[in-house]
Amino acid sequence: MLEVYTSIANTGLFPYAWLMVVIPAAVAGLLLICGKVTNSFGHFIATLAPIASFTFAVIYFVELLGYPEMERAVNLDFYTWIAAGSWQIDIGMLIDPLSILFVLLITGVGSIIHIYSIGYMAHDPNRRRFFAYLNLFIAAMLILVLANNYLVLFIGWEGVGLASYLLISFWQERPSAAAAGKKAFVMNRVGDLGLLMAAFTMLAMFSSTSFADVHAGAPSLSVGWATFIGFMLLLAACGKSAQVPLQAWLLDAMEGPTPVSALIHAATMVTAGVYLVVRAGVIFEQAPAAQLAVAIVGTVTLLVGAWIGCSKDDIKKVLAGSTMSQIGYMMLAAGIGPAGYAFAIFHLLTHGFFKANMFLGAGSVMHGMNDDVNMRHYGALRKLMPITFITFGIGYLAIIGFPFFAGFYSKDHIIEAAFHAQPALGVLALIGAGVTAFYMTRLMIMTFTSSSRWRKEVHPHESPAVMWIPLVLLAIGSLIGGMVLNGWIGSWLSSIGAETPEHMTWLPEITVIGGITFAVVVLGAVLAWLVFGRKPVPDEAPEKVSIFTTIGRNDLFGDAVNDYLVVKPASLLSRGVALTDEKGIDPATEGTGWLVQAIGDKVRLIQNGYVRTYGLTLAIGVVLIGLALVLSRLV
Amino acid sequence: MTSMYAILAVILFTIGLIGFLIRRNALVIFMCVELMLNAANLLFVAFSSHYGILDGQMAAFFVMVVAAAEVVIGLSIIVMISRARRSTSVDDEILLKG
Repeated sequence: MLEVYTSIANTGLFPYAWLMVVIPAAVAGLLLICGKVTNSFGHFIATLAPIASFTFAVIYFVELLGYPEMERAVNLDFYTWIAAGSWQIDIGMLIDPLSILFVLLITGVGSIIHIYSIGYMAHDPNRRRFFAYLNLFIAAMLILVLANNYLVLFIGWEGVGLASYLLISFWQERPSAAAAGKKAFVMNRVGDLGLLMAAFTMLAMFSSTSFADVHAGAPSLSVGWATFIGFMLLLAACGKSAQVPLQAWLLDAMEGPTPVSALIHAATMVTAGVYLVVRAGVIFEQAPAAQLAVAIVGTVTLLVGAWIGCSKDDIKKVLAGSTMSQIGYMMLAAGIGPAGYAFAIFHLLTHGFFKANMFLGAGSVMHGMNDDVNMRHYGALRKLMPITFITFGIGYLAIIGFPFFAGFYSKDHIIEAAFHAQPALGVLALIGAGVTAFYMTRLMIMTFTSSSRWRKEVHPHESPAVMWIPLVLLAIGSLIGGMVLNGWIGSWLSSIGAETPEHMTWLPEITVIGGITFAVVVLGAVLAWLVFGRKPVPDEAPEKVSIFTTIGRNDLFGDAVNDYLVVKPASLLSRGVALTDEKGIDPATEGTGWLVQAIGDKVRLIQNGYVRTYGLTLAIGVVLIGLALVLSRLV
Repeated sequence: MTSMYAILAVILFTIGLIGFLIRRNALVIFMCVELMLNAANLLFVAFSSHYGILDGQMAAFFVMVVAAAEVVIGLSIIVMISRARRSTSVDDEILLKG
C-alpha cells in the first residue's frame, strides 16, 4: 500500500513548524556561545525549549486529528538547498501521522528528562554545557523525524550522532567515557555509510530523495536495486539502533550521564533505525530479501540483548542490553511488513515511556548510592526509595508485558504478528519475552528487595521532587500508554501504509499465543526468583560461572569479533601503508633530491669564474651551431 | 676580389678570437673583441658590394654604432677596475666567481 500524499494546505500554524527545530537549536547555540554568563539560568531556558516544541507538536497533532484519515499530511518546503541539473533538493518538513508521533515522543519525554536533569546534574560544574548538548540533540532529532527527504533526514541523522558523541563523553576527564564516545561515533559512521549509499542510489533511480517521489517511484523499481537500497538502509538502521552486527557501542555508551542514557540511548535516538525502516516501507516491500533480513536482524538482536542483560551486574548495562533487545522487537515488527509497522511504532512509543522511566529510576538509585552502578552493592532499597521503587516497578511490569501495562499490548502484538508471518521468528520472540522477564526480575531482586549490601559510606535516600516528578509522569505513561494507544494507533498509522486488524480496543483480545506468552513471562520471572531470590546475593560476582554467563559478561565477544574482523585487518593495512611510505616513497623522493644535488655538485665546477673559460665555451658553442647549420645544408 | 676580402676577414676574426682567449690584459681583450666586430663588418661590406645590395652596408653601420656605445661602457668599466685594483689583468682575481 502506498503512502498517500493528498496533503493538507499549508495554512494556519503549519508554516511555523520550523520553530520546533529552531527553538532548541537556538538555545543550544546561546548556551554554548554565551558561556558562563548563562550558568545560573541556562538550564531553565534549556528546559523550556523542548516544552515549547512539545506545545507546537500538540497543536499540530490536534489539528491533524481534525482531518480525514488519508489527508493527514502537511508538506512544507522552506527553501531549495541543492539545485543542480534535473536535481532539486529542498529543505523541507513533512508533518504526518508517523512524524508527529515521534515529535510528541521526543519533545514529551525530552521535556521530562530535561526537568529530571536539573536535579540530577545539579552538582556538576558543567551543567550548562550538558543542557546545551541536550537541546542540540532535541533539535537534531526533530530534523531527523520531520525531514521530508532522505538527505535532510541525513542532516538530523548526523546531528544526533554528534550530540550522542558529545554526551557519551560528557565526563571527558574519564578515559573510559572519552573512548566510549569515540567508539559510538566510529561505529555509527559505518551505519551512516549505508544511509548515504541508499540516498545516492535513490537519487540515481528517482532523481530525487523526497519521500513523496521515492514512494511514488518505488513500485516500479527493479527488485535488485530495491534489495540494494533495502540492505543499505538496514545497515544504517543497525548502526543507529545498535542492532547486530553493529551493537557493540551501545553498552559502552552507558558511560554518559544517566539522563542521556534515558533520552538518547533508550527512548529516542536508538529508535531512529526503526523509524527509517518504517518510513522506507515501500522500498522494503519491493525487496522481500531485505525485509526478511530486517526481521532476522531484529530477532537475533532481541536474543543477544536479552542474553547480555542476564549476565551483567551493572544496572545501566542490564538496561542497555534490554534496550537492544526491545529495539530488536521493533525491528522484527518492521521487518514483518505492513502488518507490523503499527506494532513497531506502538512498541517504540511504549518502550520510550517505560525504558526512560527505568533509566531515570536507575539514575535515581545511583544518585542515592554515590553513583555506584554495581547491583551487587544495592539491595533492600524499596523502603528507602519508595517512589523510585514504585515507578520502577511499573516500568518493570510494562517491559515484561504484564497484562494491562504498556509493554503487554505492544509486545504481544509483535509476537503474534511474528507467528503469523514466520513461526520460527515467533518462537524466538516468545523465548525473548521469557528471558526479558528473567533478567528484569533479577534486576528488581538485586536492587530493591533481598538484603542490603551497601558500602559503608553510602546513605541511600529518596531523590528530590525535581527528579521523582518526572519518574511519576513516565510511570503513568508506562501504566496506561498501552491501553490508550491500543485501540487507536492502527487506524492512525493506516495512511503511512500500516495494515492492522480492525478490532483492536483497550481490552486485549484473548488468543492462544497471548496466553502462551503470558505463561512464558511468568515462567521467566519465577525462574529468576528461584535462582536469585531465595538465597542472598553474593557481594562479589561469582568467578565460577557457566559458559553462558561468561559469554554474556563479555557482550557475546562483540568487541573481540570487531577486533579480529575490522580493527586488526585495518591496522595491518595501515601499517602496510606506513611501511610503503617509509621504505618506498620516502627513499624515492629523498633519492631524487640527492641525485639532483650530486649532479649539481659536479656541474657547478664548470663555473670557474675565468672570463676566458666563458669565452671559450661561447666560441665552441658558436662553432657547433655553425657546424650544425652547415651540415643541415649539406644533408 | 670578394674572396680576398673574405679571407682577410677570417684571418682578422681568428686573430681576434685567439687573442680574446689567450691574453690576460683586459684592454687587449677588448681590442680583440673590436677586431672580431670589424672582421664581421668587413664581410658585410664586401658582400654588399659583391651583390650590389645596400643591406650589408646598413648592417655595418649598425654594428659600428653599437660597437661605439659598447666601447664607451666597456672602457669605463676597465678604467674603474684598473683604478680599484691597480691592474687590468683578468686573471688576478676571479672577478666573476660569486
